Amino acid sequence: MEFNINSTFLYLLAVCVVLFVLVQSIFFLIRAYRRGKQIGITTETLRKTIVSTAIFTVAPAISILLGVVTLSKFLGIPLPWIRMSVIGAITYELPAATSTANALSISLSEAITDPKIYTAIAWVMTLGIMPSIILPPILMKKIQGGMIRIKNKDTKWGDIFMTAMFLGMISAFLGMVFADVRSGMKGFIPIFVLLVSAAIMGICGILIKKFQMKWLETYALSISMIGAMLFAVLITPLIR
Amino acid sequence: MNDYIKKTDLYGKIWIWTAVVVVLMVPVAACLYYDAWPDGAAVLKGLLGVAPIYWTVGVIEVITYTPMLGTGGTYLAFVTGNLTSIKVPSALNAMENAQVKPGTEEGEVISTIAIATSSIVTTLVIVAGVIGLSALAPILSSEVLAPAFDNILPALFGGLAVVYVSRNWKIAIAPLIFMVVLFLCIPSLAGSVGVLVPVGVLVALAAARFMYKKGWL
Repeated sequence: MEFNINSTFLYLLAVCVVLFVLVQSIFFLIRAYRRGKQIGITTETLRKTIVSTAIFTVAPAISILLGVVTLSKFLGIPLPWIRMSVIGAITYELPAATSTANALSISLSEAITDPKIYTAIAWVMTLGIMPSIILPPILMKKIQGGMIRIKNKDTKWGDIFMTAMFLGMISAFLGMVFADVRSGMKGFIPIFVLLVSAAIMGICGILIKKFQMKWLETYALSISMIGAMLFAVLITPLIR
Repeated sequence: MNDYIKKTDLYGKIWIWTAVVVVLMVPVAACLYYDAWPDGAAVLKGLLGVAPIYWTVGVIEVITYTPMLGTGGTYLAFVTGNLTSIKVPSALNAMENAQVKPGTEEGEVISTIAIATSSIVTTLVIVAGVIGLSALAPILSSEVLAPAFDNILPALFGGLAVVYVSRNWKIAIAPLIFMVVLFLCIPSLAGSVGVLVPVGVLVALAAARFMYKKGWL
């Protein structure tokens, strides 16, 4: 069979994987929605959760699409499409492809024509992310059991424990923004973007609380994120 | 554990193990169809370049995010991926807006709905993008828009931080200072931020425990 990185066969594989992800998501969505109604969460809250999340997701989803564009130059569309739809993230897929290319001493500047190189990259991409999918079912009981024990022992500490986990995670990403400050003004761009995003969120918070604009809650995170991204577009050419 | 969570755990396990098979079938199918099994040594070498760090990050992510996302949310999020840039922020934001706490059944339901919705939207955006790729690619990869996508994480975490840090600033101080100083001293760590998430979590937990014992929280 003649190999082509954009063959119909590979597209068919991609469509199967994408359908699997969609069906699984719809399955969990319907179950959680029904359960939400049973335990007394209002339809309005459930609807707002869906609308707000859907809007928020669009911009990061486009950045993932950009990952597909980047990888498609040498891997074609189907494989990056599959990898970005299941478990993947560009922060992993690109290094995985590069690492395999280095091992095989080939360049990733043009489309791959050798099927063996293509399948080697596909295997590395797949095997490298396996722990993320195998570990949740194995560790779930232990982790959830541990959390329940902490909560049962001391409810207040249980809540603080959870908040501290969030803040620890957020801190790592906030700290990362400061990594490039030594490279001059250019390195400050992420910090400015972060501050603008925080400022827009702060303004949204004031509008929600002081001016009773409750509807804004649904869009606040999306507005601050997209506002800060636009700010990055405007400020970057000025600083460079 | 109530009946809903128990069933969610069971269904989650069935889905995730099916996903393992589906994910593995992709390279197997490509190898069989093209009769092109790769050189084992090449795969191993390629894997050695990425597996040590990504397997570690994988373990860390499972341990850190499972309590935040709940049972259904975790099973779904780890299959669909992109946890840090989409799934975790959307679940946290949704629980915050609905005023429910993670670890409760309400939190479980809202987190699952948020993760399912964002998985569906992400999948559909990529499908739309793939269909219109020839038209979209030049716009998306244009120089003008590049800074927007280069800065997506600060744009996202700035807004998210305001909500959490302002409400829990005492717990936030120690991990924030620690992380800012760490990245200022060793900028090259930015590439392995995933490994540093649990470090941030441990610092936050230690500081919170200390303040809790002292009665400051």
